[in-house]
Amino acid sequence: MTPGSLPRAVVAEATNPIIKWEWVVEERDQIWQAVVEHVTLTIMAMALGMIVSSLLAAIALCYRWTMTPITAATSLIYTLPSVALFALLAPVFGNLSRWTAVLPLAGYTVLILVTNIVAGFQAVPPSVRDAADGMGMSRARRVWTVDLPLAVPFIVTGVRIATVSTVGLVTVAAIIGQGGLGRLIFSGLRRAFWTPMTVGASLSIILALALDAFILVIGLWLAPWQRRRTGATP
Amino acid sequence: MADDTVPTDIAIRLANVTKTFDGASGAAVDNLSLDIESGTIMALLGPSGCGKTTTLRMINRLTEPTAGTIEINGVDVMSQSAQELRRGIGYVIQQVGLFPHRTIASNIATVPTMLGWEKSRSAARVQELTTLVGLDHELLDRYPDELSGGQQQRVGVARALAADPPVLLMDEPFGAVDPIVRGRLQDELLALQTKVSKTIVLVTHDVDEALRVADRIALMNVGGVIEQLATPDELLRAPANDFVKSFVGENRGLRRLALNTVSALRFHQGPVVNLDATSDDVERAIATEGTDWIGITIDGRFAGWTKVDDARAARANGTALADVQRFDPIAQIEPSSTLRAAMELIMSSNSSVAVIDDGGRFGGVVTLEDIRRALSSADIETANGTI
Repeated sequence: MTPGSLPRAVVAEATNPIIKWEWVVEERDQIWQAVVEHVTLTIMAMALGMIVSSLLAAIALCYRWTMTPITAATSLIYTLPSVALFALLAPVFGNLSRWTAVLPLAGYTVLILVTNIVAGFQAVPPSVRDAADGMGMSRARRVWTVDLPLAVPFIVTGVRIATVSTVGLVTVAAIIGQGGLGRLIFSGLRRAFWTPMTVGASLSIILALALDAFILVIGLWLAPWQRRRTGATP
Repeated sequence: MADDTVPTDIAIRLANVTKTFDGASGAAVDNLSLDIESGTIMALLGPSGCGKTTTLRMINRLTEPTAGTIEINGVDVMSQSAQELRRGIGYVIQQVGLFPHRTIASNIATVPTMLGWEKSRSAARVQELTTLVGLDHELLDRYPDELSGGQQQRVGVARALAADPPVLLMDEPFGAVDPIVRGRLQDELLALQTKVSKTIVLVTHDVDEALRVADRIALMNVGGVIEQLATPDELLRAPANDFVKSFVGENRGLRRLALNTVSALRFHQGPVVNLDATSDDVERAIATEGTDWIGITIDGRFAGWTKVDDARAARANGTALADVQRFDPIAQIEPSSTLRAAMELIMSSNSSVAVIDDGGRFGGVVTLEDIRRALSSADIETANGTI
């Protein structure tokens, strides 16, 4: 074996590092576009998920008996494999429609969001409700000015979990031609060219962490009373 | 049962009130009638499940009565909307129920805000109430979780008083704090009541709390049956039946000591004379009281005790009574002190009498016999509740 005839794999290894910065610079527009698409899909899915979940949670809280069927239905959606769901919806909405990606993504958030919204409202201490009623607060006023603010920390927790999991799931939507950073990952894998994969994977991790931190901060801003738990002395 | 004769100033009247909860076998409150006088504290006392909380909650319609009528200052509570009614009634509960997401100031201003008060008026009222309930003004910007249980309960009372309602409903208000804080809050409530004169209905299962704070006690049994409606002293002195006896518990006589004050006794002078008394006056005092000691007052103030022998010796050799050696009063008590405190003082001071110091002036003496006689007489002027 002469030095000029090294196996191809070895050549590939040598010219195919984990990350090739020239490629990153060259393709920065494409990368940025992937990030934007990733964030857009996440926000659309979360927004749709929040709307649906709020309605379902309101129904579950007003009519207790609906809690079980609602939980059962949203759990069922949650158990569907994401790849299968994307594949099934592709013929319905068409490969290029955003809704093909957004609908299943939103569907996966509903279980988490409904559970947390309901838990938040149920965690309002009965004594607080009793005091509010006893002082002559109307039901609507109580729900908006007492129950909802007190449920915020729970809801924010749900939004954080759902957002992080959505950021992850968006990458899977690459199989139907959507998926933001997922497309970079898949194209890298397909071509055995590691750089796009590394960029896609690390950016999706960074994105998940950044969105999580962002929502955490919003939650603290919405619930300032939670920041100052000093533990009072009796 | 409630009096049939109508006292002039009834703030809350419950007439034949019944509450049967859905699916319950019997009535929680059955045909209850009760009049509560304006400006007084009525304790609804009884074991758990006796319907005392249900009764309280029917007054502000958190529970709607099945039958009967409830009037506040002559107006049927059903004649207005529940929300309107409740905004005119202070409501304090055991767990306080402060809004955790609102500052103390905002909590106190809850009802004024609902009533649409101007901000400046609300803010001024918050300041006023903070002082009234003895809260540190620095706490106003804090959140409820940053306060102790006792402080939270004070905020609860301030919040209930915010719109100056004539009626205050309190459901086990001090049940969640430790006994020391509870005692302090009870005293504060009594002090507060002298300033605000609300009609207060207080639910409790704690006999001592009822005895301590109430003007009248409705002792209830299961089904909202009033076993006895009486002043605290009457309840101890003349329990209506075995239920009352066993609920109120042991040591009824001793506990009355804590309820009645020295001012309820008939004051008597005792072997005490003024400094300028004649020797005849001194001899008369010694003879009536038969003591070895004689008290001396100067200008109406108690100046000390003198030995009878010394006083007589002084007279024999012409010395003035003023020059005879005097001993300081060992046991001195105020009219507002409880009989229990007086007794304690007498027992621990190696003396048989306590001198009453009525704002600096000599007010008479108290002996153990006076106390015993007072408790055994039915016509003791009960001092409890005259707050």
